[in-house]
Amino acid sequence: MTYIRPNFRHPESLRNDAGYSIKHYEGALSTLCAGCGHDSISAAIIKSCFDLNLAPHKIAKISGIGCSSKTPTYFLGKAHGFNSVHGRMPSVTTGANMANKDLLYLGVSGDGDTASIGMGQFAHVVRRNLNMVYIVMNNGCYGLTKGQDSATADQGSVSKKGVPSVFDSIDLCQMALQLGAGLVARCFSGDKKQLIPIIKAAIQHQGFAFIDVISPCVTFNNTPQSTKGYEWVREHMEATGTIDFIPDRTEITLDYPAGSSRTVTLHDGSELHLQKSSADYDLSNRKAAMQQIETVKEQQKILTGLIYHNDTKLDTHGKINTVDTPLNALTQDELCPGSEVLAALNAKLR
Amino acid sequence: MKPTDTSDPDYFHKVVDCQYACPSHTPVPEYIRLIAAGRYDDAYMINWQSNVFPGVLGRTCDRPCEPACRRGRVEAEPVAICRLKRVAADNKTDIRDRLPAIPKQKNGKKIALIGGGPASLTVARDLMPLGYEIDLYDDQSKGGGFMRSQIPAFRLPETVLDEEVNYILDMGVVTLFNQEVTSMKEILAKNYDAVFVGTGAPRGRDLPDLPGRKEGDANIHIGINWLASVAFEHVKKIGKRVLVLGGGNTAMDCCRTAIRLGGEDVRVVVRSPKSEMKASPWEIEDALHEDIPIYENHNPKAFITEQGRLVGMLFDVVEPVFDEKGQRTLVPTGEEVMMPCDDVLMAIGQLNAFPWIERDIGIEFNDWDMPEVDKTTFQTSLSQVFVGGDAAWGPENVITAVAHGHQAAISIDKHCQSEDVRDRPAPDFNLASQKMGFHDWLYDAHISDDARNIVPLVDKKTAIADRKLEVEKGFDFSQGYEEAMRCLNCDVQTVFETDRCIECDACEDICPVDCINFIDNDTEDNLREQIKVKATNLDQSLYVSDTLKTKRVMVKDENVCLHCGLCAERCPTGAWDMKKFLLHSATAASNRSKP
Repeated sequence: MTYIRPNFRHPESLRNDAGYSIKHYEGALSTLCAGCGHDSISAAIIKSCFDLNLAPHKIAKISGIGCSSKTPTYFLGKAHGFNSVHGRMPSVTTGANMANKDLLYLGVSGDGDTASIGMGQFAHVVRRNLNMVYIVMNNGCYGLTKGQDSATADQGSVSKKGVPSVFDSIDLCQMALQLGAGLVARCFSGDKKQLIPIIKAAIQHQGFAFIDVISPCVTFNNTPQSTKGYEWVREHMEATGTIDFIPDRTEITLDYPAGSSRTVTLHDGSELHLQKSSADYDLSNRKAAMQQIETVKEQQKILTGLIYHNDTKLDTHGKINTVDTPLNALTQDELCPGSEVLAALNAKLR
Repeated sequence: MKPTDTSDPDYFHKVVDCQYACPSHTPVPEYIRLIAAGRYDDAYMINWQSNVFPGVLGRTCDRPCEPACRRGRVEAEPVAICRLKRVAADNKTDIRDRLPAIPKQKNGKKIALIGGGPASLTVARDLMPLGYEIDLYDDQSKGGGFMRSQIPAFRLPETVLDEEVNYILDMGVVTLFNQEVTSMKEILAKNYDAVFVGTGAPRGRDLPDLPGRKEGDANIHIGINWLASVAFEHVKKIGKRVLVLGGGNTAMDCCRTAIRLGGEDVRVVVRSPKSEMKASPWEIEDALHEDIPIYENHNPKAFITEQGRLVGMLFDVVEPVFDEKGQRTLVPTGEEVMMPCDDVLMAIGQLNAFPWIERDIGIEFNDWDMPEVDKTTFQTSLSQVFVGGDAAWGPENVITAVAHGHQAAISIDKHCQSEDVRDRPAPDFNLASQKMGFHDWLYDAHISDDARNIVPLVDKKTAIADRKLEVEKGFDFSQGYEEAMRCLNCDVQTVFETDRCIECDACEDICPVDCINFIDNDTEDNLREQIKVKATNLDQSLYVSDTLKTKRVMVKDENVCLHCGLCAERCPTGAWDMKKFLLHSATAASNRSKP
């Protein structure tokens, strides 16, 4: 028996405003383990892109190495893709983004790919505020090599092997905050209600958007004592609030109690409504965000949802002041304006 | 919603749309899989057990299963279930050694069957193996009833019919052919333990009051009588210009027979719009394929005769007009049309007639002068008399008559064994996991993309030249296999076990047709609105789990599930399993074998 996805789709499933069906956003059938959280994240990405009416060919998905980095094969089959070297997704994305800023850059990485071998690259892509979505599919273990603890495995967390992790873990959200990311969120692959609006917001965010998605490894790291397992995460999630993504031009009918909600307007005019669980927590305050992560962690819980948002910073192109036209669209006339222009330039410097 | 009770066989039976729609509840996907495996004998026997006439039905069934087929909701056309049945019948070997043994030692009970059609033959098939002695009365010279007299040989070759009728008669049924029963009293006087009436709906409707009816009588025929005369070779030709009145399947058989008997200008004339014709779409298609025109909205006004001979018919042209309630009336437009003709065949409906049942022997008749028959037991008010097939409630079809026969046989057996006829036996069913191993199922879960295969036909000219030449050739091996692979295996059920689910959403994500949802429980109406793709087909159930750890429930809309097994394939904990649901309707024999 083979394992093939049928070609039929629900006859009543609708097309989006751009005229695409959900099938246009799908990829090949996943070869990850059954029940892998990564597949849920892939599905959330597919749904987000479908809902946002994105043209699949205007998206570039770039990844490194690992189970997480295999997933771009399983979504957006019609998009551009680059499966790069281990931990080097940020530099490849930076290069691509420099050449063509018109695409949406979807970087997919894992906890090993980001928090171990790719840490140096990660730090710099955040620092440069590259306009991209950076998704870490974080399962706290090296699934491709039989489940060794990774750098994000919490101290004391127990994987299938049965031995508690001895080292302190790296909190990637805290790192992203510290390095100056404009949008920082933490989600759980088993909670699409929260994950999908946040992916949409990250896509619409101008600048670096970081989402750390806890994504259980059903094969090696889904024990009751694992802090990255379905059970533990469900019991210990503490959301910053509930999120609704409101596309541009949609009449807002939600009614929030005063003082507890916050509306974030994204650069394309769409809005993010956050119903905060704690009224005194200011999402645009980096210090407060850091504080909140720590506070919740002390309670043995995981802070999820949108943690920080600030879109006032210039992205890489803004900072280095590139031209509006994507570099790969510049012609020889613009790049080599001729000897007269050179002479004039030289004259100015004499 | 409350969790779905899957221990009730009716729930999963309903998911097997074809089987559920079949009056005899033939396990369709099961025999289609056997055809794909080349096990034609096994496929045939599953059919034979359930519908008694696989070869006949594979050519002539009304196919209630096909409009119900799930494939028809997923893509353009349903699986060609009916013609696959024929594949099994055409390719089987000699199956006589698989037929039930007939006890030499009889049980001492004697049954009379009046009429030799599908309903009576089914009763005989079910009761002979139990040791009953059976006398079969029919006014025709051979068994088969309507199947023989009214289905033309170019649709159903006589050899096929003979074979399947003889499987039953050869069980030792005492046949009393060419004997018209004219008195129920006489039959009852013979002290049978039970009498089954399966006399069909033998009287074709006439237009007795239309002007010219009497004068033109020599060339005005009742369709079903004329077809019977053709079948028994009393009639061998017809005039060049023939008008066939009526839009049902009998009309289609009449017009196609007429062009084979010398008709050159054969027309079908219907009162109503074509869209309201009662004939099955494929039978209309077959008539059109043979270039027979259909005239709609023509209401018969008069037969035109000249010197005592029919020369034509006059019609009022009408127009369908709908009132506010959607009620349709045919309003004359004032236009009249005269169609010259040599013969007229009237196929405008059939009636039951029981002039031979005396009204004073204890059988109650209703206001329509029909015997009062119990819908479940098929018993009349005279406890040893049972009625089934078209005789019970008017014209239906072969497969319905077979279904009636099975139920009547159960009642007759219970009646003869002094059991309560109202206590009906339950169907036989089981639910068995199809999992073999990793990515390995006992059924072929791959979904074919092929479009419905078209049955090859004999060349039109050749076909029309020979009344007995079967028009359809049937599927060959490869077409039969391809068509069988189109079946979605709806009997292989997606079975969900709440306790095993870890809510990883893998099934929800992989489902190609978005039928699986994990959401907060609500009323059925609200759930139908709230799931990913709204569940608008109210005939199809929602499968609801118990409450999960996150307080949500799993809700699956059965409507367009492909039974591809990907949910079970991607489930890490085995919360989903694919289990084959095989249901056999109760028969007199299965009733007996139960403790």
